[in-house]
Amino acid sequence: MRRRGGDDGGLELGTSAVAVLVVALVAAIGLELLHGSRLSIAKFGWSFWTGRDWDPVSGEFGALPFIWGTFYSSLLALLVAAPVGVGIAVFTTDVVPPRFRRPLAFLAELLAAVPSIVYGLWGIFVLVPVVRGLETVVSRTPLRKLPLFSGPPYGLGMLSAGLILALMVIPYVSSVSREVLQAVPVAQREAAYALGATRWEAIRAALHYGRTGILGAVFLGFGRAFGETMAVTMVIGNNPQLSASLFAPQYSMAAVIANEFSEATGDLYLHALTEIGLVLFVITLLVNAASRLLIWSVQRGPGRVSDGVPAPETIPPARAGEAA
Amino acid sequence: MTPGWHLRRRKLVSAAMTGACALAVLVALVPLASILVFIVARGLSSLDWDFFTKLPKPTGEAGGGMANAIAGSAKLILLASLVAVPVGVLAGLYVAEYRGRRLASAVRFAADVLNGIPSIVVGIFAYGTVVLPMHRFSAIAGAVALAIMMVPLVARTTEEMVLLVPEMLREGGMALGATRTQVAFSLVLPAALPGILTGVLVAVARIAGETAPLLFTSFNNQFWSSRIDQPTASLTVQIYSYAISPYDDLHRQAWAGALVLVVLILAVSLLARLFTRRLERMAGR
Repeated sequence: MRRRGGDDGGLELGTSAVAVLVVALVAAIGLELLHGSRLSIAKFGWSFWTGRDWDPVSGEFGALPFIWGTFYSSLLALLVAAPVGVGIAVFTTDVVPPRFRRPLAFLAELLAAVPSIVYGLWGIFVLVPVVRGLETVVSRTPLRKLPLFSGPPYGLGMLSAGLILALMVIPYVSSVSREVLQAVPVAQREAAYALGATRWEAIRAALHYGRTGILGAVFLGFGRAFGETMAVTMVIGNNPQLSASLFAPQYSMAAVIANEFSEATGDLYLHALTEIGLVLFVITLLVNAASRLLIWSVQRGPGRVSDGVPAPETIPPARAGEAA
Repeated sequence: MTPGWHLRRRKLVSAAMTGACALAVLVALVPLASILVFIVARGLSSLDWDFFTKLPKPTGEAGGGMANAIAGSAKLILLASLVAVPVGVLAGLYVAEYRGRRLASAVRFAADVLNGIPSIVVGIFAYGTVVLPMHRFSAIAGAVALAIMMVPLVARTTEEMVLLVPEMLREGGMALGATRTQVAFSLVLPAALPGILTGVLVAVARIAGETAPLLFTSFNNQFWSSRIDQPTASLTVQIYSYAISPYDDLHRQAWAGALVLVVLILAVSLLARLFTRRLERMAGR
């Protein structure tokens, strides 16, 4: 090892103590969530996650509607955010003239700088009326017979929640996809062009090369959407029901915690809410780990062309917008 | 089928897909513009001097402001920084100076995990560890929640910035007989300071907009509170409670609050960006 001389051990002792603290914090959060939900775990077991009734008054707690709402809204968000985010990444790496690339990418990433509460405010007063208008139009057509478009057009509901989540997730998908595309060796695209590929065909080759990383970017977006609280709480309608309809007011895991935690009376109620938090914690942990693995594999994976192309910047730990 | 037709089709597909990518940019930028326009238009028309100097009026009465919420947010951010900055810097310093150790990778992993935890879950943790033992909502509880969100950001930038400090500086210090501790605190950290400061500002900009972890930690307060063991108002929670209220006057105040919040966050981010620029110039890029 270098730098042995003059090492009094003090630095290692002091900083490692703090380092241990940070690691212990993660464990403490997990344990505290487990401890805080023990009554609910003991009483309901797995049936907590299959029960459809959420009735604090009678002490009946089934979390299925919240799981449903969270998955539904997150997947809906990704359905929009994945193509849009990748599209932005492609546009700002391959299409637009170089001097516009950074400013455009910066603008798109500004979406990540807007606080969740501001999205919610805008959602209530701007997005929801627009969505309600849209829903009214759709429910006058025969489309209303489909389960997807059934029910009255409230505006507040799954569609608004999915759209606002999509907006919030786009910058994460786009900034990571952008870095993945930049990490694709230049030779990859040059080879495509040399074979007579059109611009899109060359881009497709690059996208194909970086597909694992792009998938990682989408996973990352999913992790974000999954735990997002305020904006969803404000527009999803807060009604615990299992409905396939985009128009129906529904509920999400994070939203029920935000709404009911400070007013929860009784230990069982509090423990039930904490158990929902515990599952949020575990799922986001798994999703983030998966996305990190996927993004890393693009950089470490085999098939990297060593052709004197300068090493791409390493991909930072996935916080879009903040580098801005 | 002539080859010319085939090529035309490929070019057409290429143009269409390029157009679709341009459309994607529009899909993101139009809502962004809408958000900014609404915040500025509605915010400016509702903003007045009272907003910065008065307390909230009882529900139903017009007027009043968010003075206590602005002060409360500042208090929460300051308290959180007091905890998170030293912890984050020391943890980051460890990871950078002792790369390759098992604990260093564990810290990186822990920071990534902390970074990804939904903020509402951090709120539950702070509730269980601070609010319950103290038997009341308090600024401390809110600050703990915010600090937990700040630590990974500060640790990560510190690590990156310390790694940028040239090895020669450390060797020079060692050659003069300094201990490793002295080298770290008198040479390495000062050299990395501007970058670390940028990271701290970015972290502040991020936690300033947080609402979910404060809902049941610092809670809310309609009055001034100088103590840190009492419920404390914050700009974000106040915007939330006004936004979901049925009163037009409160909605106006919510927009004004959103404008103030966004301007503050942009100002801090801009400051961070200026630091980064200066750093890049100093590094000769």
